[in-house]
Amino acid sequence: MLERAHIMICGGTGCTSGNSKKVMEEFEVQLKKNGLRDEVKLIMTGCFGLCARGPIVAVYPDGAFYQHVKVEDVAEIVTEHILKGRRVTRLLGSERTESGEVMPINQTPFYRSQKRIVLRNCGRINPENIDEYIAFDGYKAYEKCVKEMTPEGVIQLLTDSGLRGRGGGGFPTGKKWLSTYNAKDDQKYVVCNADEGDPGAFMDRSVLEGDPHSVIEAMMIAGYAVGATQGYVYVRAEYPIAVQRLQIAIDQARAYGILGKNAMGLGHKFDMEIRLGAGAFVCGEATALIHSIEGHRGEPTQKPPHLAEHGLWGKPTVLNNVETYANIPQIILNGPQWFKSMGTEKSSGTKVFALGGKIMNTGLVEIPMGTTLRTIIEEIGGGIPNGKKFKAAQTGGPSGGCIPASLIDTPIDYDNLIAIGSMMGSGGLIVMDEDNCMVDIAKFFLEFTVDESCGKCTPCRIGNKRLYEMLDKITKGQGTMEDLDKMEELCKYIKANSLCGLGQTAPNPVLSTLKYFRDEYIAHVRDKKCPAGVCKALLNYVIDKDKCIGCGLCARKCPAGAITKSDYIAEGHKLPSMQIDVTKCLKCGACMDTCNRQCAISKK
Amino acid sequence: MKSSAELQEIRNKLRMEIGYSLPIQENDIRIVVGMGTCGIAAGAREVVRTFMDEVEKRGLEHVKVTQSGCIGKCDAEPIVEVTLPGKETVTYVHVDPAKAREIVASHIVGGKAIKNYMK
Ligand SMILES: Cc1cc2nc3c(=O)[nH]c(=O)nc-3n(C[C@H](O)[C@H](O)[C@H](O)COP(=O)(O)O)c2cc1C
Repeated sequence: MLERAHIMICGGTGCTSGNSKKVMEEFEVQLKKNGLRDEVKLIMTGCFGLCARGPIVAVYPDGAFYQHVKVEDVAEIVTEHILKGRRVTRLLGSERTESGEVMPINQTPFYRSQKRIVLRNCGRINPENIDEYIAFDGYKAYEKCVKEMTPEGVIQLLTDSGLRGRGGGGFPTGKKWLSTYNAKDDQKYVVCNADEGDPGAFMDRSVLEGDPHSVIEAMMIAGYAVGATQGYVYVRAEYPIAVQRLQIAIDQARAYGILGKNAMGLGHKFDMEIRLGAGAFVCGEATALIHSIEGHRGEPTQKPPHLAEHGLWGKPTVLNNVETYANIPQIILNGPQWFKSMGTEKSSGTKVFALGGKIMNTGLVEIPMGTTLRTIIEEIGGGIPNGKKFKAAQTGGPSGGCIPASLIDTPIDYDNLIAIGSMMGSGGLIVMDEDNCMVDIAKFFLEFTVDESCGKCTPCRIGNKRLYEMLDKITKGQGTMEDLDKMEELCKYIKANSLCGLGQTAPNPVLSTLKYFRDEYIAHVRDKKCPAGVCKALLNYVIDKDKCIGCGLCARKCPAGAITKSDYIAEGHKLPSMQIDVTKCLKCGACMDTCNRQCAISKK
Repeated sequence: MKSSAELQEIRNKLRMEIGYSLPIQENDIRIVVGMGTCGIAAGAREVVRTFMDEVEKRGLEHVKVTQSGCIGKCDAEPIVEVTLPGKETVTYVHVDPAKAREIVASHIVGGKAIKNYMK
């Protein structure tokens, strides 16, 4: 029977960890109990994006968008909404229209400025059922290429669309494919980079979890265009759901004869396999990734030769990012002009960002290129929690930089981000407020790159380590003004001399914070103060002896036994005030969190 | 192996189903069945199933069957509202499976509302 309602439950990593699997099971139970099982379709789908309010359950065609759904809520949704047609308003989010009704989800601030192309099928289909992908025009783009277009035509179309690599560099995809097409060899390869090692990034993972066939189809198109018959997806083993769904998708495509010797009976051969990475950031770098697939140590090598001539096993190879691929079937079907109509002149289309940090709506967003940071943070992101002030946004992960609040109206595209000292990167976007210390942030990213440097070249291995040590010194209040100049010099040296992109970009977080937040560095060095109150060595917790009523709550909470009674009794108080022994204090802040009179303890 | 023609078959077959996995569109025809406790007691669930059956059998891609709560005229249940795009909503009362099939044939497919079944 045709089902009258479709219940879509988010099966992305965020909602899964929020127990969405159990929610799904409970729907099974409740639907059966109410005799509704055959009237309703239950689907575990990909990420809806609004991870902060997960687990998400959407009901169509009504378009109800339930948030923070717990197992206990399921019975009510089934008996009230599914059975009786009454939505469970308390689970529908707080957005209301002017007339006071629940706002349709596509009109909410989170969704209305988004444009979901890469993520179009996430939250719409069951990624483990190839038929649903096919139903939404899946594998039609591939068919169109093989039946109606020459390989040159496909490449030209991509070039005309202006698609640039979403893995970070922004290299024109059509141009990349053309070089591989032009390389003459008996064997060529198509590789997909799904390593995604930036801290905080989960765009590629979500695409593989929510719509794996779009990547498979695009890789087949690449195979047809450049003359390759074999593909590999390099994905980190730490993404178990993505790996599993991709494997299911590959198996189903093979069973349908879509992948294989004679794809869809169209006379073209293409097959692919997954290669698991062990989760090293450097293995996302193109040459290191290739070596890792070959079974060698994941270390980068000098370019040129480029992968287009000398790639996997020495053969011409196309390497693209997951998100780059996921765009391609849509570009083929809708044409280059359609794609160019979105975005800016030099960056067409959309970009997916993983929005995190000090922001209300943490999650996954897809916006047209050229959207301003302000729209992303204030509208889509819902602003900063607790009424705090926006201080900076970090893009590009460990290779990127911090964008200060003064540049919040910058339209986001490849070139603008480079111009202001950051970069697009793969799409991590971390929002920071006044409580974040920019020196500490720079140190965090440097610690990451020091950890992840493969150690092959000296500038990266030793240079970044020294840079980290200087930052560490500054956060401890031991830095000098000369250190700031030395750091800048070292940054430039590392950038100019490192072997691969990891080292060449590692100093960016330091350079950009030095550029926009030099005052903060100077406060650490000269005044021995951390203005944001983060760097522990530079702050002390103090008790205002005239406000403290001497209840002793803080002393009981203090893990170091650093708080004792003093012999001072303030006027009007009965008990002596408490005091902190700075030599014992661990600066954990537990006392401040527990104080009955929050004003009595402060960070100085 | 599935040929491209077979893939197209899958698309055609699932077209109806897909319609129900998307929000209601402006040009959809809407059938809303009152499903309050009163409606259900009067047989509204069977009415919904009948509408779904007709929609599927006839391949009526742009018809969406949904439910609403009690509208306060319990003695007239099952109540069904039919809205064609750009037209005024027509309310049917005391609908049963047989009337439901007639409503689909005459009103939804033929464009002619059935006066007798209205209040
Ligand atoms: C240290 C380092 C890490 C990288 N990590 C990734 C990654 O996780 N995913 C990715 O697609 N590209 C990553 N890249 C970029 C790749 O080298 C390459 O440019 C990209 O995969 C090409 O695909 P695109 O043209 O579609 O962007 C990384 C580069 C460097 C230097």
